[in-house]
Amino acid sequence: MTELPLIGEAVAVAAHPQLAGARIGVVTFPGTLDDRDAARAVRLAGATPVALWHADTSLGDVDAVVIPGGFSYGDYLRAGAISRFAPLMAKVIDAANSDAKLPVLGICNGFQILTESHLLPGSMIKNDHLKFLCRDQVLRVENNTTDWTRDYALGQEITVPLKNQDGQYIADEKTLDALEAEGRVVFRYVGWNPNGSRRDIAGISNAAGNVVGLMPHPEHAVEAGFGPEEGSGTEGLGFFTSVLNKIVGDNK
Amino acid sequence: MTETPAVAAPAETAKKFNIDTVENAARTPDTELPWAELGLKQNEFDEVVKVLGRRPTGAELAMYSVMWSEHCSYKSSKNHLRQFGEKVTEEMKKDMLVGIGENAGVTNLGDGWAVTFKIESHNSPSFVEPYQGAATGIGGIVRDIISMGARPVAVMDPLRFGAIDHPDTARVMHGAVAGIGGYGNSLGLPNIGGEMVFDSVYQGNPLVNALAVGVMRHEDIRLANASGKGNKVVLFGARTGGDGIGGASVLASESFDDTKPSKRPAVQVGDPFAEKVLIECCLELFKGSLVEGIQDLGAAGISCATSELASNGDGGMEVELTSVLLRDPTLTPGEILMSESQERMMAVVTPENIAAFEAVMDKWAVEYSWLGEVTDTGRLIITWDGEVIVDVDPRTVAHDGPVYDRPYARPEWQDAVQADAFTGSVQDTGRPAAPAELAAAVTELVASPNMCSKSWITDQYDRYVGGNTAMAFPDDAGVVRVDEETGLGVALATDANGRYTYLDPYHGAQLALAEAYRNVATSGAVPMAVSDCLNFGSPEDPDVMWQLAEAIRGLSDACMVLGIPVTGGNVSLYNQTGSVPIHPSPVVAVLGKLDDVARRTPSGWREDGQAIYLLGTTAAELDGSEWSNLRGHLGGLPPKVDLAAERELGEILINASRDGMVDSAHDLSEGGLAAALVESALRYGVGARISLQDVMDRDGVDLFTALFSESQARAIVAVPRSEEIRFKDMCTARGFEHVRIGVVDAESGKLEINGVDTLALDALREAHEGTLPKYFG
Repeated sequence: MTELPLIGEAVAVAAHPQLAGARIGVVTFPGTLDDRDAARAVRLAGATPVALWHADTSLGDVDAVVIPGGFSYGDYLRAGAISRFAPLMAKVIDAANSDAKLPVLGICNGFQILTESHLLPGSMIKNDHLKFLCRDQVLRVENNTTDWTRDYALGQEITVPLKNQDGQYIADEKTLDALEAEGRVVFRYVGWNPNGSRRDIAGISNAAGNVVGLMPHPEHAVEAGFGPEEGSGTEGLGFFTSVLNKIVGDNK
Repeated sequence: MTETPAVAAPAETAKKFNIDTVENAARTPDTELPWAELGLKQNEFDEVVKVLGRRPTGAELAMYSVMWSEHCSYKSSKNHLRQFGEKVTEEMKKDMLVGIGENAGVTNLGDGWAVTFKIESHNSPSFVEPYQGAATGIGGIVRDIISMGARPVAVMDPLRFGAIDHPDTARVMHGAVAGIGGYGNSLGLPNIGGEMVFDSVYQGNPLVNALAVGVMRHEDIRLANASGKGNKVVLFGARTGGDGIGGASVLASESFDDTKPSKRPAVQVGDPFAEKVLIECCLELFKGSLVEGIQDLGAAGISCATSELASNGDGGMEVELTSVLLRDPTLTPGEILMSESQERMMAVVTPENIAAFEAVMDKWAVEYSWLGEVTDTGRLIITWDGEVIVDVDPRTVAHDGPVYDRPYARPEWQDAVQADAFTGSVQDTGRPAAPAELAAAVTELVASPNMCSKSWITDQYDRYVGGNTAMAFPDDAGVVRVDEETGLGVALATDANGRYTYLDPYHGAQLALAEAYRNVATSGAVPMAVSDCLNFGSPEDPDVMWQLAEAIRGLSDACMVLGIPVTGGNVSLYNQTGSVPIHPSPVVAVLGKLDDVARRTPSGWREDGQAIYLLGTTAAELDGSEWSNLRGHLGGLPPKVDLAAERELGEILINASRDGMVDSAHDLSEGGLAAALVESALRYGVGARISLQDVMDRDGVDLFTALFSESQARAIVAVPRSEEIRFKDMCTARGFEHVRIGVVDAESGKLEINGVDTLALDALREAHEGTLPKYFG
């Protein structure tokens, strides 16, 4: 386990002790970029972020795991293709598939790692316009029953940053049909499809709803003034409060 | 050599070369050396021989030639650059923790925080190979920041390319922007601003400058020096390869082996992943206080790192060159010394910390090799398989290079250029006056290559990563939070105007500083420090040398008046195509401090009914302006510089921001009031109703001039009704001209200016944002 060298620790949020007792792991691979941001989001939601290192062979006693964005191992091969073999990922895969169904959120590179790990179907290829794109993106919540979306309303539209090079979600038609039929399309792009993703899909879940992956960055919309200019700027916080409520509720 | 846990290169490597040892050099004084091919002049080579008391070895020649190059030694500019250190008051020094001369200057932010920033050029590599040139420009400046012990927190990129419609511009544009994005985005550093200028003077010589800023606690400041006899010298990061050697290929004559790759790329190739890991790895080293001195490897590679570390420290170092880990085992000693392979660092580590140092390297899977140790002999000794190939006083390499007092003189053509005013020129015929003409002129201006929206570029950069970006392009300055607890942060802006500086280098450089200063103050930050990247043509041309000398004189004078010191920077010369130099382009970066970034002021209007004030006065100053550029004219004198007014305006903007008197502020610069009004409206899609009659009456200018003049020390602000009296009182008390020019209109979706046909925001946006996609897809 490593300490994340944050620039300036955030003010300790006066969270309910029960919430702060929830421990949410944030994984760092070589080349991970948004780990501090994910840890900040966890903290702002009231939980305790726990730094996890890719080479660790134990998840400790975390109640959920966030795999943040970045370019793990440079993504020179295929985004997420190497990270998926990290010792920690074996533990994440086991825990996600276990009866306990550990909540796992993959953001951007984390989503790519989850598809490479076969926790989620499909894959990401280069954006259809072939450029890196950074913008504020509107998403529609298509399923509010997953561990990471239960605090949102069905059909709610949220604005969070999008920033990636390889964000075009693809899968074969049969898989896409199955995802739609099973309600596993969790987020769809609204207004504009920024990367050519099939059926405007921005994020999906596994069948049990404990594993969610998406390309846009909810952890960058948790603090007003440091995120999107449209909307409240904190519309990504619901991801983290959702999983927190799930953890605390289940522990009741 | 003493016992160091060296990871040595394969032993057979050492056998391939006919090594030119120091002993051999002393024995064969008449051996012909390729000093001219390496860029040394006869007098410089003679000086090397004099310093050494013998001919240099091949390896020594490699070191001297690259360290005495213009790029590394500042030999043409040094005599002038001294002014930045001399024209400094005690007051200006009070927050300067580290000044010019180190990798980057360090400024005190208070609360135990310090900030370091620097701007550098990567111009010629970016023309040869735009992607890698621009990418490694970011990489190099970021390593400078790490070398100071800081965590890099943001980058910025001022870019200057050729004519927008020239076919080669698209090549440079696509490559450089993708390179900056590809490298910078992979480092987790938000890109918070920059500039984009198109001008045919940069066609064969684009300017790709890169700025990085980093923050640290005071106790974490690190310097590039090798102290403590017996401390170990270690090279870590990427392996050393044949990239970026350039002139060193002539040293291939050292080799028996003629099967090696002959044409080596002169442009370095970047690996952002390696750099990202290196950043984290270095920060962990700093945290554990595991390094005594540290230096990044940039220009001149190991030559520079060893000679600078040694000469800044106790004065001696011994290094075994075969211990360097290589990508290409056929490299000669000279090539290894000169290689500019990226993502490498050199550090000095005490013997007690070796194990802890290695543990950090292992954790991040970073390769390293122990090269030697610090000595007290005052000599830098480099061996190849035990044989001495370099034995020099490191100061002679790093600091005692040649210094030239290049002749300079005011160009003969300067008077004629200055006499050629825009007003009344052939290009000034049919100046817009009717409402429809003025509306068309405003639209034409904001759609023009230099005034159009740059979001096509900035949307390719990650501005969010880190979660501390409080403001970024297109606002006047980029703002990054440093301390999450207090909201302490920094604001940064870079500016230059090659056209103004061409018309008058002394004042042009001051105008660049004034604009960057104004941009920082507009955001609400208190300007604190300056870094500059002086992009000029050949110093051997007296005309250019005069431009350089005047620009430095102007800049240093203006820094004194504004009370902010230059803490570092870079000089880039020989920016020309054939005998035609670029416009003199001093790019000036100003850093400011915000006690709480939550108080920053954005550039766009939002709240309906707020009063819009124009601060400052407007004169008929169209020479060198964007309007004259659109009409194909460059002549006359640039706008008048009034640094006292800039300072006063800055204080008004800072106080207004701190006390909540303004909700938006935007500086007036290129494109004048017309550009500022449109940008403030388009920022959040909120219009306004404007009347400039009071401005015209007070300043005696017509509507066209009020809109398009580029008079300095001006800004527009949006003031909430409740604050209007207080704001006006403050301006009056300070004796600063201010006039209410209109109100924000959040309903109309229009920009209405009396005397100008109504401008619909939708149409303005289409014009403003359509230009770059039209040319670059």
